[in-house]
Amino acid sequence: MITLNRIKETKISKLIEDYPFLISFFEDNDLDITSKENLEIAEYFASFDEDEIEDKAIDGERYIMQIFEFINQMIAFLGQEEDNVQSISILPGNDKSGNREKFDKFTIKKGEIICIVGPTGSGKSRLLGDIEWVAQNDTPTNRKILVNEAKPDTKWRFSSSDKLVAQLSQNMNFVMDLSVYEFVELHAESRMVENKEDVINRIIEKANQLAGEQFTIDTPITSLSGGQSRTLMIADTAILSKSPIILIDEIENAGIDRKEALNLLLSEDKIVLMATHDPILALLGDKRIVIKNGGIDKIIETTDKEREILSELEELDRTLLSFRSRLRKGEILKK
Amino acid sequence: MNLITVSGPPSSGKTAVILKTIESLKKRNLKVAVAKFDCLYTDDDILYKKAGIPVKKGLSGALCPDHYFVSNVEEITKWGLDNNFDILISESAGLCNRCSPYIKGIKAICVIDNLSGINTPKKIGPMLKSADIVVITKGDIVSQAEREVFASRVNTVNPAATIMHINGLTGQGSFELSTLLYSEEDHVDSLKGKELRFPMPAALCSYCLGETRIGESYQMGNVRKMKLDD
Repeated sequence: MITLNRIKETKISKLIEDYPFLISFFEDNDLDITSKENLEIAEYFASFDEDEIEDKAIDGERYIMQIFEFINQMIAFLGQEEDNVQSISILPGNDKSGNREKFDKFTIKKGEIICIVGPTGSGKSRLLGDIEWVAQNDTPTNRKILVNEAKPDTKWRFSSSDKLVAQLSQNMNFVMDLSVYEFVELHAESRMVENKEDVINRIIEKANQLAGEQFTIDTPITSLSGGQSRTLMIADTAILSKSPIILIDEIENAGIDRKEALNLLLSEDKIVLMATHDPILALLGDKRIVIKNGGIDKIIETTDKEREILSELEELDRTLLSFRSRLRKGEILKK
Repeated sequence: MNLITVSGPPSSGKTAVILKTIESLKKRNLKVAVAKFDCLYTDDDILYKKAGIPVKKGLSGALCPDHYFVSNVEEITKWGLDNNFDILISESAGLCNRCSPYIKGIKAICVIDNLSGINTPKKIGPMLKSADIVVITKGDIVSQAEREVFASRVNTVNPAATIMHINGLTGQGSFELSTLLYSEEDHVDSLKGKELRFPMPAALCSYCLGETRIGESYQMGNVRKMKLDD
């Protein structure tokens, strides 16, 4: 591994040859290296005059430290095997009144859908927070989280690229003004995926399979409908996000094939946690966690009997949707 | 006492993050106070008072807010020490993206929000680039993809920082931040002899002194011209 002192004495051109990702470091820090490639790093930072140093707030020592840090992070990131998170286990803690939660160990495996139910303010976000922060009896609930049945790596807490949980929230917006393609491309670049183009096209194709109405790669993201934005985000998160757990905050029943959306996430080996009070979604789950007074009150396994209701509900759902689409087409509604 | 400097662009959620984080600190029986620095107006001191947090407010008015901060931080620290607080948090808004109130050896937190656009990390100077912890807010209203892109851009300009996501409204993430704030070893007795992490830019021209007329003959002191010929 390259040392701090070695970095100082290495020519910029050589560093970039060895670590091409440094180009984005120089660009994002607004450090112009054109025609200075032959300088050693220390010489480069010494080449700025006083005005430049003051205007651009250049601190050579700090930049060199950061280059060192960045190189090490990127090497770790690029050489990383895909994280193989097979399961997450929750060990019991306490509810808001200090009562111990009534389960021994709850393990969620890859490919499972777990629903979380309970009134607002009951502690759903805290449970999620515990998972995200891989609690080790050091959060207000005193829960403990295991990854693959073992004490988790601290990187899940502090690394900016390794997050356990990706969140798909109900009321998200796009604040950027880009086309669908450019938007997904930006995400793909930040994840540094190879064969970028294939990945982007696959995401857009998948999203369109889930969406009621189609969109193209040139559609501006800000003009996508609610349903289309959700399908794009689900496909993007399923395929591009590195997080092994996906938390979904309700999927509104409009312009999106919800069952297929969940299947897509599962086919990409995700663990799905879903906060929902929609009976169809809840019954699609394998189990559901009931939260009360800040603690896990019950864990209910979906039974076959409950699933019988599901087909009935799905029938109702289809009826509702067909009326909706007839309404959209301008038809007169009749039985 | 631990001193912590928090800064960030206006309306990024500094006060909300601090308030939620203090809730968690109080549960550990730590006495926390806030010194709020702003430019022309703030009523955040009322929010702190309402939450039962001792607060001092400073408005820089016609002075450069960051220069005003440095000129007062020693006295503020003394106030904190005299009152036996465990933690004193200074909160100040970064207004011109060039200065930063961070002090060597004092924990520095920068708060920025997802809504400010993905090029923002590039535009903010030392306030972001030399922070120890970067808190990103308003993640609940943007997409997962934007959150990831934004965080990765922050990481590129400040690879050494710990990046945290906090929802200032619900407080999600603030407990986690609170665990990184207090440590007995970070005790400060005084700021005498301490130094800023970054020099603040010098600007002293006739307009600093109240000149209002436009034209070269009225410009004196530290004046610089744009390069207009290509």
